[in-house]
Amino acid sequence: MFKHLLGLRDVGREEILTVLDTARGMKEVLGRRIKKVPTLRGRIVVLLFFEPSTRTRVSFELAAKALSADTVSITAAASSVAKGESLRDTVRTLTAMGADMLVIRHPASGAAEAAARATTAAVINAGDGTHEHPTQALLDLFTMREAKGRLEGLTVTIVGDIRHSRVARSNVWALRAVGAEVRLAGPATLLPPEAAALGIPCYTTLEQALEGADVVMALRLQLERMRANYLPSLREYTRLYCITRERLRLAKPDVLLMHPGPVNRGVELAPDLVENAPSVIEEQVTNGVAVRMALLYLMLGGE
Amino acid sequence: MALAEKAQIFDRDGMRRALTRIAHEIIERNKGTAGVVLIGIRRRGVPLARRLAERIRAIEGQGVEVGVLDITLYRDDLDRLGYQPVVHQTEIPFPVTDKKVVVVDDVIYTGRTVRAAMDAIMDLGRPKAIQLAVLVDRGHRELPIKPDYVGKNVPTSRREIVAVQVEEIDGIDRVVILEERD
Amino acid sequence: MRILIRGGTVVDPENRTVEQKDVLLVDGRVAGVGADLPADDALVIEATGRLVTPGLIDMHVHLREPGYEHKETIASGTRAAARGGFTAVVCMANTDPVADTRAVVEYIRERARATGVVHVFPVGAVSKGLEGKELAELASLREGGAVAFSDDGRPVVDSGLMRRAMEYARMLGAPVISHCEDPGLSAGGLMNEGRTAYLLGLPGMPAAAEEVMVAREILLAELTGCPVHIAHVSTAGAVRLIRDAKARGLPVTAEATPHHFTLTEEAVEGYNTSTKVNPPLRTAADVAAVREGLADGTIDVIATDHAPHAEEEKDVEFAAAPFGIAGLETAVGLVFTELVHSGVLDLPAAVAKMTVNPARILGLAKGRLVPGADGDVTIIDPRLELTVDASGFVGKGRNNPFVGRKLTGVPVTTIVAGRIVMLERDLKC
Repeated sequence: MFKHLLGLRDVGREEILTVLDTARGMKEVLGRRIKKVPTLRGRIVVLLFFEPSTRTRVSFELAAKALSADTVSITAAASSVAKGESLRDTVRTLTAMGADMLVIRHPASGAAEAAARATTAAVINAGDGTHEHPTQALLDLFTMREAKGRLEGLTVTIVGDIRHSRVARSNVWALRAVGAEVRLAGPATLLPPEAAALGIPCYTTLEQALEGADVVMALRLQLERMRANYLPSLREYTRLYCITRERLRLAKPDVLLMHPGPVNRGVELAPDLVENAPSVIEEQVTNGVAVRMALLYLMLGGE
Repeated sequence: MALAEKAQIFDRDGMRRALTRIAHEIIERNKGTAGVVLIGIRRRGVPLARRLAERIRAIEGQGVEVGVLDITLYRDDLDRLGYQPVVHQTEIPFPVTDKKVVVVDDVIYTGRTVRAAMDAIMDLGRPKAIQLAVLVDRGHRELPIKPDYVGKNVPTSRREIVAVQVEEIDGIDRVVILEERD
Repeated sequence: MRILIRGGTVVDPENRTVEQKDVLLVDGRVAGVGADLPADDALVIEATGRLVTPGLIDMHVHLREPGYEHKETIASGTRAAARGGFTAVVCMANTDPVADTRAVVEYIRERARATGVVHVFPVGAVSKGLEGKELAELASLREGGAVAFSDDGRPVVDSGLMRRAMEYARMLGAPVISHCEDPGLSAGGLMNEGRTAYLLGLPGMPAAAEEVMVAREILLAELTGCPVHIAHVSTAGAVRLIRDAKARGLPVTAEATPHHFTLTEEAVEGYNTSTKVNPPLRTAADVAAVREGLADGTIDVIATDHAPHAEEEKDVEFAAAPFGIAGLETAVGLVFTELVHSGVLDLPAAVAKMTVNPARILGLAKGRLVPGADGDVTIIDPRLELTVDASGFVGKGRNNPFVGRKLTGVPVTTIVAGRIVMLERDLKC
């Protein structure tokens, strides 16, 4: 297994499937009354978050605790570490204090890789800038496989701000590695031509992208994109790209609807879809803990 | 280094007779099957537990539930292994609290696997009792653990390996001792 | 003081000759170039098998002094230049204070005389404070010794201001050097917009951000008649625009850096901040176009855009690191390895782009090895191999993306106005 998980671009099919298989065993543990096993007793996992993210941080923290690892959670405003030198210094200090693993979330692309260069501990990228968010993609794949029984041959349509989405990037690499067909959809300003150049089918018409899809994944739209003129208005975005029940009828009858959260209700998804079938957004959250347990086990369990 | 077969401990019939005897002993010790459940330790403890359950049903006309336990997450040697053991699912679809749990494994050696299994079961509930059934006891215990039901006691050296093969996994029922040869 | 450089292969970039000759320097000037010159009491430098060229000129460096002496000083930067085989450097105006007044320009020249080891020619700012709003006092800057005008590091966004600057500069007989970048297109960008930027999740700067401004400068050169020099050309489109402008006879010249004719955007993989530079490393097609532009004369000059930064400034997340490559000490090696030995440029053409061409653009009486010329000489061993090791740099910046690369062709001796500043790779100053 990999020493660091910085992204999924170079992670192969076998490794991905090992993580997903392991996560199945972890999910059983989470279903117990005593949601704890002694596997990582005495290991120190540091959660280093330079960007607010309750959901990802708590997910990692619960995963580490379920495996009996000790956790330290550090939430630093990115502004107080605007000089990246402190990122390196922070990482070195935590390493010297005995951290076995650093889970890092940072607004700068490549920050996890920079951290990995400064430490002997294992590093998991919990989201770096607009680069990758590998654990999110792995939990997405786990959720898809659990629901569909397979990944190979699935058609997965990812909708929204493809340009700035680390979730989309990680999902594209992982889904391609396991033999799923990925489609990307969004307005031309948020759908970079480089994606099409990589051979990924890109659509600016949502309806075409949804046709026959097994899975539809809507991405969170950062509302500040409006200010940089990527979008003229929220209203126009919603009219063209909001996933509604009616639009979902174009997909397969047993389509799965996913979203990495948190949802802007009525923007990416029609409000009635958020908690109701075919949405599996809550399962994604549950599975997130299991997948992160699997990664902690696989990366920390052995020598 | 090669492994050479040194001796056969059980053939197919021998294994069948041993399991039948253990089934009888379980019934006798527990005065029937009330409250008794079997939990097989992955991997080869699982088919053995299923066979024991069949025998018990045949003898008593009353089945016992069988669960599957993966003890990987409870191992005490994870940081000593050169590899990462695969985690499989634990499937125990019944509460263990107040049950007489018979843990089933193929071989008992150091006792560490059984220790891990007991910890795992304790995390699932509070059994009335935990008993241990093994096909082979090869000695060399490192923990104060003693099986309640034994197919055969086989003194071995640490250089030897006791290989249990079962139809369901290996396509054949037999137990052999393998020896490392340089 | 007499120095005889004996038996070397003298490259004359102006007459395009490469011949074995001796070069005699007397009292800081070239006294003779010819076969079998008498040594008499001269100090003899044996140069058999070496190339002897007019002293190399780097017309685009950032010496950082005054204001950023932790990144580089005139003393350290000129030593880096000497080690890199350069006898003269042209330093940009983005210091602190900005070289937008005669006093700062004179200060730089004074510091260069006092602490520098190669010739230093300052560039004056186009606008006060490089803010792109008000014209700096260009005439005073010129009188103070500025050889050209540029807001380099920042583009002059206001086309009206650039027009007036060119009109004024033309009157003063000095060119305007333009850092071509449309910030509306490049804002927030950290590398070339394209495949690698997408893979790395880094915001990109499109080639068009450079080309839009190159096109504007060409149009303004046509409007004003002022010579405009396009700094650090990095895109195929920019090369094409400049080629077309030259074909129309417009007073447009251009330079390219070693990193832009060697590296592609793929070098950024791994988020190595030494590859973070503006304009950014582009695609393989752009690199090929820049080489073609160098080969066909569209690009007149090779300059380093030497932009040193302190190690702690670069050892950060990619987004937080400043732009720039410290290139003085690897430039000649890259020119030989990437252009000369690979057949892109012949020797006289390669040497011209670092001697007579920049001298002509800037109106400097340099770049020639003829009797009476300044005694600036560079001796290069074209076959000497060197593996780039930033810890051995004499400049302060370690931000160089060629670390670990083997270069063939190394400057061994640098003579500035008849003074030996580097001899057989050893700095003598």
